[in-house]
Parts: sequence; C-alpha cells; structure tokens
Amino acid sequence: MTNDLARWQFATTSIYHFLFVPVTIGLAFLVAILQTAWHRNEKPEYKRLTKFFGTLLLINVAVGVVTGLVQEFEFGMNWSAYSRFVGDVFGAPLAMEGLAAFFLESTFLGLWIFGWGRLPKRVHLACIWLVSIGTMLSAMFILAANSWMQHPVGYALNSHGQPELNNIGAIFTNPTFLWGYVHVILASLLTGSLVMLAVSAWHLRKGREVEAFSNAARISVIVLLPVIVLQMFVGNKLGEIETKYQPVKIAAAEAQWENCQPCSFSAFQVGGGKNDKTPSQIIEIPHLLSVLATGTWNGAVVGLNQLQKEDEAKYGPGNYIPDVFIQYWSMRIMAYLGTLILLFALWGGWLLHRGKLAESKWFLRLSIWAVVTPFVMNTAGWLLTENGRQPWIVQGLMKTINANSPSVTSTDIWISLVVFVLIYIALGAADVVLMLRYSRRELGEDDDGEESSAGKPAATTTPAISY
Amino acid sequence: MLHLNTLWSVIIAILWVGFFVLEGFDFGVGMLHMIVGKTEEERRLAVSTIGPWWDGNEVWLIVAGAGMFAAFPSWYATMFSALYLALLLVLAALLARGVALEYTTRSDDERWRRAWRWALTIGSLLIPLLIGVGLGDLLNGLPINSSHEFTGNFFDLLTPYGLWTGLTLLGLCLLHGATFLKLRTTGEVRERAGSLARPLGWAAIALVVGFVIWTRSVAGGPDVPDPVEILAVIAVIFAVRLAVTDHDGWAFAASAVAIGAAVGSIFIALYPNVMISSTNAAYNLTVQNSASGGYALKVMTIVTVIFFPIVLIYQGWSFHVFRGRVKGPSAASDPPAAAVPAAPRA
Repeated sequence: MTNDLARWQFATTSIYHFLFVPVTIGLAFLVAILQTAWHRNEKPEYKRLTKFFGTLLLINVAVGVVTGLVQEFEFGMNWSAYSRFVGDVFGAPLAMEGLAAFFLESTFLGLWIFGWGRLPKRVHLACIWLVSIGTMLSAMFILAANSWMQHPVGYALNSHGQPELNNIGAIFTNPTFLWGYVHVILASLLTGSLVMLAVSAWHLRKGREVEAFSNAARISVIVLLPVIVLQMFVGNKLGEIETKYQPVKIAAAEAQWENCQPCSFSAFQVGGGKNDKTPSQIIEIPHLLSVLATGTWNGAVVGLNQLQKEDEAKYGPGNYIPDVFIQYWSMRIMAYLGTLILLFALWGGWLLHRGKLAESKWFLRLSIWAVVTPFVMNTAGWLLTENGRQPWIVQGLMKTINANSPSVTSTDIWISLVVFVLIYIALGAADVVLMLRYSRRELGEDDDGEESSAGKPAATTTPAISY
Repeated sequence: MLHLNTLWSVIIAILWVGFFVLEGFDFGVGMLHMIVGKTEEERRLAVSTIGPWWDGNEVWLIVAGAGMFAAFPSWYATMFSALYLALLLVLAALLARGVALEYTTRSDDERWRRAWRWALTIGSLLIPLLIGVGLGDLLNGLPINSSHEFTGNFFDLLTPYGLWTGLTLLGLCLLHGATFLKLRTTGEVRERAGSLARPLGWAAIALVVGFVIWTRSVAGGPDVPDPVEILAVIAVIFAVRLAVTDHDGWAFAASAVAIGAAVGSIFIALYPNVMISSTNAAYNLTVQNSASGGYALKVMTIVTVIFFPIVLIYQGWSFHVFRGRVKGPSAASDPPAAAVPAAPRA
C-alpha cells in the first residue's frame, strides 16, 4: 500500500513536471532563435516577438522550476531505501545538474529578463543562449541518471552488495542515455515549435500582426519539420536499444507473449491487460515488428513467456512482466500521434515552400489544436519507459517494492499526495489562465522594459500588461 | 592526502551557508514586502529588489540537497525521510512562493494579487523556519535506529532546540531582508525598512545569543563558544548598529555574516557526525558511515573544482550588473540606461 502510494505520487508529480519541462527547453531555444534573428536583421518585429514568446516562456518556467524541486526532494522523502542503495552512482549526475546546469539557467534567465536595455546587445543575446544551453544540460544530467535505472553501467557491487560508481564515463556513454537524451531534446523542440505555431496561427486567423506572426509560424515549421523526421528515426533506434537491454519492456509494448519469427505488428487490439495473454488482434501488419525491433525483415523477437522464465531462473520467483495494457497503448499513442504530426509538418513544409503558410485556413485551424499532441506524446513516452521497467526500480539490481522509505507511513504519503494534487491543480489553473491570456494579447511595443512581474516598478510595467 | 569525506562535509556546509546568506534576504524581502510597501507600487518596488537573483539563489538549496545525495546518500535518505511532513510544508511553501514571484503582477485582479502576495509572505516565512528546525534536529538528535532509519513521528521533529534554531534563522532572515531592502531602495520604502531593522535586530540578537548558548549545551563539548559562534553574535550586533546608523552596505554585510555564521556553526558542532541519533550514539550518522565511495567522491570533487568557481564568477557578475538601488515610480520614466546606480553609503 505504502509502496503503491509512493509510486502514484512519483508518477503524478513527474508527469506533471514534464508537462512544463519540454515547453521550457523548446521555447528557450526558439526565443533565442528569435532574438538572434532580431540581432542580425534589426527588424523591430523580431524583438517584439522575442519579448512576446519570452513572456510565455517565463510563465511556464515558474511552474517548471518549482515542480522540479519536488522531484529532487521526493527521492529522499519517499524513496529513502532507493536513495541509500544507489546514491553513490545516482546522486552524482543530480549534483552535477545543479552545479553545471541549474545555476547557469537561473542566473542567466535573471540577467536576460532584467538585462533589456542595460546589458550590451550582444551580451544580452548570449544570456538567452546560455539559458537554452542550461535547460538542455539539465535534461542531459537527468536523462543520464534515469538511463542508469534502465540500463545500469559503470559500477561494481561492493562488499555490502551495493552498486559503487567506478566509471563515470560509462554513465555518459550509456547507449540508453545517448539515444534517450536525443529523443527527449527532439521531443522538447517539437513541443516548443508546436506551441509557437499554435499561438502564431491563432493570431494569423484573427488577421493580427500578420507579418510578425507569419515569421514566427515560418520559424516554427522550419524547426518542426526536421525535428519530427529525426524523431521518428531516433525513437525507432531507441526501441532497438531497449529491445537489447530491456527486452521485457519492448515485448510488453508489443503484447508479444510467444516467441515469433518473422513477427507481425499488432496495430490495434482489444484486451491485453496485465494477465490477459489472449488479446484479440484486430489489425496486424506482417513483418513490421521484426523490422521495428531488430531492423531486419525476418528478425526474431523473444516473447514475454520465455522472458519471464529466463528472469525467474536468474532472479528467483516473481512476476517480471509490466502491465501490458499500459505498455501497448502508450507505445501506440506515441507512435501514431508522431506519424500524424509528421504528415502535418510535411503539409506545413509544402505550404511554406509555396509561400502560403499564413493563408491556409485549414492548416492554421489545425495548428491551433495540434498543440495538444506533444503533451500527450511526452506523457505516453514516459509511461512507456518507466512502466516498462517494472517490477524493477533499477533494472536487475533493485525492485521497486523494496525501494520506498521504511519510516514513512501510508498516512504520510496520503497527506502529501493530497497536498501536491491540490497545489498542482491551483498552479496549473493559474498557468493556463495566464498562458491563454498572454498568448492572445497583442504584440507589445518595442520598448526596453523588463518582462518579469517580479521585478519592475509599476509605472513601466503598464504597457506590457495593458490589453 | 586531504580526506575527501571531510572535504565533502565542508562543501555541504558551505552550500547550506550560501543558501541562507543569499536566499535569506529573499525570504526577508518576501516576509516584509507588504509591511515596507503600503501601496501597490511600493510593494512591487520592494519585490523588484530580489527580481534578478532569487531564482539563482534558490539553486543553492537544490545543490545542497543533490550534493548530500551524491556525497552522503545515507544522510540524504535518513534526513529527508525523517523530516517528511516538515519538508512537505517546505515544498508547498517553495511551490507557492516561487510561482507568486512570477505571477503576482500578471493580472490586474485585486483578489489574484492579494492571494499571491500572501503566498509569497507565508511561503517566505515557512521555509527558513522549517529548514531551521530540520537543521537544529540534526544536532539535537532524532530517534534513529541501527539501520539509520528514523523511528519517530512528526511531533518528534519539534524538539525545543530545533524550534529555537528555526526561530533564530527566521529572525536572521527578517533582519537580513531589512538590511537588504535598506541597501537597495530609496525613499519611504527604505525608511520603513530602516525603522524595522531596530526591533527585528534586537529580536535577532536575543535569538542568536540564546542559540549559541543552547548549541553549546546540546553539542556537549566545551562550554566556551567556538570562534564561528562568537562571530555570529558579534556580526548580528554590528548589523543592527550599522543599520541604525545608516551604513547600509556594511549593515547588509554584517547580517550576511551573522546568518552564515549561525548556519555554519551547526555543521561545525556536528562534525564528524552529520546527524545525531537520540536513541543511541552508536547509531549516529557520520562523515564516514554515510558517505559514498572514494571514486564517486573523487569525481564529484573534480566536477566541483571546475564548475563551482565558474558559478561564483557569473553569479557575482549578476550581482554586479544589478547593484544599484532600484528606482521608485517617480524615476521610472527615465530611460533605463540613465539609471545610474546610486552608490550605497558604506
């Protein structure tokens, strides 16, 4: 019970946190691009766009940063047995994140917000790039830590049977990390570009500031198109890597109970919960699973039944298969939506090529709604990778059931779960209210006032929030 | 060879000290902004004094926590799970306060602003108070068994010494915030901060003196205070004296030293322990029995030696860039480039 509650709490808070993270990473990069464009062409509309999307970035960062604090505290609070067991290895990338990434991101964000008109233009531009680099470095260290849980490397067990770090290089060359990190960065750029595209499309539909928002839409599509093409490739490659190191995860994602060769891909099925070995396959595509999982036409995939037997022989009795329903559908939601976004981006690229991006009524209308998809895909991706690791918290080394804090009662976790959910609902509502309001307001004037509410005398803030 | 475990206990202590020295005035400003600012403009002005920095200052807390995780996993695990409900409140306060700093003035709705202003005030009060209780408990001792697991409940955290430590850090944050506001503002806001410095200062002096005497008794060592504890007392007295005589810069420096020395003295009194077990001294967590292996510490040391000085340089530069007094609404029509920083009287 305590363990389940701790899991619910971690899943809830981290999924919530990751609604904001990719927007931060993606928008920081795009705002840096906009400011660079302004720096080069000196057209005032680029400066106004920089500030406009910069404000959206700040509204989003506020929630992203504080919910990240919860994640860091949660390891020690709810998962003390885990923290004690793996801190020697797992703690290092987290500490490096703070030292090398968080300081960079937050200090230069402050400099950027308050540096308009005060810092030399070139230095001010460097500040937003350092923010962008900080966000990406931060994701790097977190992914290195997370990948170690998926595929532990660079350690040896000491005399107490605990993993001790012995090769820091291995942590950062872990194949799960390398591909997983690129996957997350691409997902973030995809999220950021779809947010910017949606906002721009809304204004273009209203016929407001057509020139400025056409440029923003154009930049969004220019980022989106290569990103989604690469993402399809990288996602597929990550699947192959995981088939190698975490075969159960991928077999469960395909609901593949029996060994097969060649393997057909189940495109849609009914049933297939945790212990349901006979889901009804509705649509099957021959050979496709072989191609996806192994990269060959007739590749063999080992089924869950055999993997379960192998794991029992290796680790003792127990259930080593994660919830197949979650695996199967999170994989498909991610892949199917990704395919739709690929088609959408190709359409956008074609319109851009024809010079009709700002005029296509249907593309703009769809752009506004497409902004929902990255959040669904990001969540599905994390469900796939984290649920697929179960019953392990660190693959092959420690089970989740043994990882929670022995001294923390289920009452404690109930209290904290309720507190977090209530606060998160309130913060989420405030964030959505502000995001909607600020993404619909008109472009600000070309002044040098700061864009943060935390810091500026009332008189000069007025233009920024009068709408 | 310098012992890495000891080095890391020093680094962790420095991170906690840095957190309170820097974020301490942010907390103080958060708690005081509705008192020193009577109008909407003045409140904005008060909060704007910490605008560019508070986020970077808060990272010291993140790095202190993550540093403990990396260097002393057992300490991190025991402390964070033992302080469970206290840290839950700290997190709630951090959530509300962090968002308040960004959201308050983003709407003209009166209720919206009032709600966020209270979130900032109460959040800024709870965090130093509760973290102070937690740090005091490290030295006071908590029921911890032979496997380093906490065996008590929430009420066991409310030890008298822990509560006093929390109040002491709260009082020092208030004084630190007042000296900071005095240093960074002009006009009525500065005057109100100045007139607050005296009563807040006297309270802080009483709290710090009590804290030092109590620490001596809890630590069980010699009855003579160590130099850092004496420094805390002297610095807090100087901070009040200098604030009252309008030496804004020096008063702020003194309150920074006072809060830093107070936090530092806890870790000094703890060493070589990092967390005391009130159940049995044999169950104490120490720099030896709670630390990571030699390789992990060596890696972290190299990373710290490279990155920490860089962090100090750019954070210092950020303080330098925005060093001037913030201007009130009357001066706000000036172009920002003309906002020549007024040199604080030192």
